[in-house]
Amino acid sequence: MKRSNAARLLSAALGLALLAAGLARREHLEVLQKAVRVCLECIGIG
Amino acid sequence: MSGMHRDRVRKGRRLSFQRAAQLACAALFNGYAAGFAKGRIFTGPTKMVCVPVLNCYSCPGALGACPIGALQTALGARHHVPFYVLGTLTLFGTALGRAVCGLMCPFGLVQDLLHKIPVPKWTVPRWLDRPARYVKYGVLALLAVGLPALLGLGGGVGDPVFCKYLCPAGTLEGGIPLLLADPALRRAAGLLFGWKTLALLAILALSAAVHRPFCKYLCPLGAFYALFNRFSFYQLRLDQSKCVRCGQCERACPMGVEVTKNIRSSECIRCGKCRAVCPAGAITSGFGDRGEARAEASGRGS
Ligand code: SF4
Ligand code: SF4
Repeated sequence: MKRSNAARLLSAALGLALLAAGLARREHLEVLQKAVRVCLECIGIG
Repeated sequence: MSGMHRDRVRKGRRLSFQRAAQLACAALFNGYAAGFAKGRIFTGPTKMVCVPVLNCYSCPGALGACPIGALQTALGARHHVPFYVLGTLTLFGTALGRAVCGLMCPFGLVQDLLHKIPVPKWTVPRWLDRPARYVKYGVLALLAVGLPALLGLGGGVGDPVFCKYLCPAGTLEGGIPLLLADPALRRAAGLLFGWKTLALLAILALSAAVHRPFCKYLCPLGAFYALFNRFSFYQLRLDQSKCVRCGQCERACPMGVEVTKNIRSSECIRCGKCRAVCPAGAITSGFGDRGEARAEASGRGS
């Protein structure tokens, strides 16, 4: 139980740190740029 | 209330909770209804948010971004470690594990509904099933991470290999509705579209006979969340002191989990079917460690 607790807290902290780093690098805007155009690979054209 | 009747009532309620959650999530993630009518995708700011499930951002209804598509784009075309996407997925995985698959994913819902079609059901033999479960980790490592990153080396634009050659959600949610609405796209469709349609049809057909074949064997996102199942906040728990070893939970489990031996299995999608059929009320679910403490106090911990 203790081990699970430590793992989940560590994992949550890692997730938050990654998310913060990504936001600081403005990666969410890259995601937006890709997501507002039709992805030809996804739909099987290109 | 007789035991059997109580079981039926509980089973009905639990199933409807799963289905309600799945339908609500499908509607939430694909809520841009006008997109289907216009044959155009949504371009608003919510598209910067990664949804936790396999939901194509080229679906006309999609309000958010697909994390597996975004992951490949960052690695292949932008040449960097995708912190934002990995952070989002790690947080969802830590909170819910594969409950995301059981309760939220629209492509999981599609497979669940297809499995209701009354055709003979097939239990994949163990010698094939066990090794095949590892294929999804290969799909994650190779098609969604390794190859896009490799192809993008040297400054090129790496293909999102998983999206391009395999993803059935992209074909079903994006390809088919957009091609139906747009003659120019229809003219552009060639061999690749034929291949992807074939892959989609094979997965859909198999779903009628085998429960969630894509989730069991191929989905890279399911593979990623599987890594969190052992320690995620949301857990299923088995109280060994209440368990009467009737095996009903294991017969009900669509993912073939050995519930009494390994309830934290990386294959469990937390659909709750085992909990609904357990006649002894030995299976519970919840967040955090309160239930774990209870289970440990009453015998062996799960
Ligand atoms: S395994 Fe993949 S397709 Fe299946 S429910 Fe999970 S995210 Fe969705
Ligand atoms: S172990 Fe229970 S919750 Fe997990 S997949 Fe099987 S029936 Fe669903």
